[in-house]
Amino acid sequence: MKETPLSNCERRFLLRAIEEKKRLDGRQTYDYRNIKISFGTDYGCCIVELGKTRVLGQVSCELVSPKLNRATEGILFFNLELSQMAAPAFEPGRQSDLLVKLNRLLERCLRNSKCIDTESLCVVAGEKVWQIRVDLHLLNHDGNIIDAASIAAIVALCHFRRPDVSVQGDEVTLYTPEERDAVPLSVHHMPICVSFAFFQQGTYLLVDPNEREERVMDGLLVIAMNKHREICTIQSSGGIMLLKDQVLRCSKIAGVKVAEITELIQKALENDQKVRKEGGKFGFAESIANQRITAFKMEKAPVDTSDVEEKVEEIIAEAEPPSEVVSQPVLWTPGTAQIGQGVENSWGDLEDSEKEDEDEGGSDEAVILDSIKMDTGVEGSNVGSQDAPIILSDSEEEEMIILEPDKNPKKIRTQTISAKQETAPSKKPVKKRRKKRAAN
Amino acid sequence: MAEAAAVAAESPAGGRARAARAVLDQVVLPGEELLLPEQEDADGPGSAGERPLRLNAGARARVRVVCGPGLRRCGDRLLVTKCGRLRHKEPGGGGGGGSGVYWVDSQQKRYVPVKGDHVIGIVTAKSGDIFKVDVGGSEPASLSYLAFEGATKRNRPNVQVGDLIYGQFVVANKDMEPEMVCIDSCGRANGMGVIGQDGLLFKVTLGLIRKLLAPDCEILQEVGKLYPLEIVFGMNGRIWVKAKTIQQTLILANILEACEHMTADQRKQIFSRLAES
Repeated sequence: MKETPLSNCERRFLLRAIEEKKRLDGRQTYDYRNIKISFGTDYGCCIVELGKTRVLGQVSCELVSPKLNRATEGILFFNLELSQMAAPAFEPGRQSDLLVKLNRLLERCLRNSKCIDTESLCVVAGEKVWQIRVDLHLLNHDGNIIDAASIAAIVALCHFRRPDVSVQGDEVTLYTPEERDAVPLSVHHMPICVSFAFFQQGTYLLVDPNEREERVMDGLLVIAMNKHREICTIQSSGGIMLLKDQVLRCSKIAGVKVAEITELIQKALENDQKVRKEGGKFGFAESIANQRITAFKMEKAPVDTSDVEEKVEEIIAEAEPPSEVVSQPVLWTPGTAQIGQGVENSWGDLEDSEKEDEDEGGSDEAVILDSIKMDTGVEGSNVGSQDAPIILSDSEEEEMIILEPDKNPKKIRTQTISAKQETAPSKKPVKKRRKKRAAN
Repeated sequence: MAEAAAVAAESPAGGRARAARAVLDQVVLPGEELLLPEQEDADGPGSAGERPLRLNAGARARVRVVCGPGLRRCGDRLLVTKCGRLRHKEPGGGGGGGSGVYWVDSQQKRYVPVKGDHVIGIVTAKSGDIFKVDVGGSEPASLSYLAFEGATKRNRPNVQVGDLIYGQFVVANKDMEPEMVCIDSCGRANGMGVIGQDGLLFKVTLGLIRKLLAPDCEILQEVGKLYPLEIVFGMNGRIWVKAKTIQQTLILANILEACEHMTADQRKQIFSRLAES
């Protein structure tokens, strides 16, 4: 799959941000991203995270016959792989220019600096030596692969234990870890790569560029150094002309960064050693941060519905009891009965009542209470069961008028109307808000 | 994903289908089989032996169920193809005998074009009378130069390689090249077209985009109170944001990215802190 192209606006924004000494993730010019080192359950296995860049390092060993010209030296072998998992743009099984460059740099940084004592890897001179193989896999690509890979390689080498071997005469005995403790490799020093990205023909400099910064940079300078401030490798790419004092300044910064990183590595190694000794939990599974996705979480409704029933009862208890309704059915003939005085026609009063309602407009409290009662009538039906008319009333206003002749029908009308008026304006702003959102 | 593991452990060991109703809003895993409520009474456990003989046993009431993303029909089985939470939506009124829509709310990063989605694309090539636009899918989308508001054969839109395009899919099949347009059915731009030269583009997960675009999203309202801003959300996980200064744009981008893993309280704290400063 093709690489996602960088848009013009991103490029422009990045360059302008760099001019203002700002970086996308809020770092300063000389800041590294967070480095996290975690170890697997086996020796020689580690994952190094540099921000979102992740490299898995795995060291393995094998007894082989040595090279002819170096009969007493073990063999070190480095292999970095850029899998498609890291970024869809990486093609599997193809040696891209980037990969070749990174592998070369890694070899120069770690093998040519003689950080591992290869002579101690010799078992029988000219016949059997240890071959140490360092496999590095890029798990996620977010820029500055070489720094992460060099840290992962040296951490894995420091963490690795090879099986113990004894030689008696011609007999070579290989011990399992149960028989004899495995031996760590002898590491002389820890070379660590530090990358510097240059922008605007070397005017601006950033340490530890991330993926997008790497895409807009003009040149890259990689300095491999150990904590004794010995430069192991230096490489400049991108065809940029650097001044002498620029390189000197970079090497000074690199010295500081390497000291910090070395300390971090040593602390991580000690920590792991301690945990293993104490029999605590170790391995990758223990070091995965528990990140919860909160984006799917349903927020609680803003309405508090915790003690609705008590509130309803309270309201009902406080409200004035409805006027007694004389519900004496009058039996006219068998099968026909009349409740109340349904004979009088109250339709004529309607218009007056509406006028009155406009004039009054007051007595809000009573209105609210009544309207709530109407709403909650369904739930609280068993509570106020003695006044049957109310229960009926919440379903239909018309019935209320017929059923409650004693109560002033006007009042009920006004109540319901004003209740409606109350609810109407409260709906409006909601609609408006929706419209606004749609406009956005 | 402790939750997912727990759910997986709960599910019957034999891999028997679970009722869709029972696992609503729970985590489902790819390969799981679901039973719709209509199937439950027929195939469900317990009712296998003694079912009353019905004259029209074959002609069960047909119910329309829509399988959204993450679900696939396989014969008369319903299979889960993505990991995430199972969601269900009742049919919107007047649907008749519908049983609504089921889908899986997953948290993926890879975008698959869907017809009608509004996305942000990057122009990668101009060839003849179409632009190739990268939308983050498996294949670049094509965009005709006539699909802009007011564009004619003479009056070509000013689009350069590397420009950002906000458009809508009109063709999105799994077997065909997707096609975008920057006009609606009335020929109006309606907010679509080339996005300005400033501002910052960044990528988030698709789930976060859906959350941010939900009509009752609080995050967006809170962000809007911080600074005046211009913002474009693409369903393909891309967000373009522009504020007055670079600093503000960076803050907004970082906040939106961080919102995914923050609880509502943490978010409110951060917003109030930002509002003070």
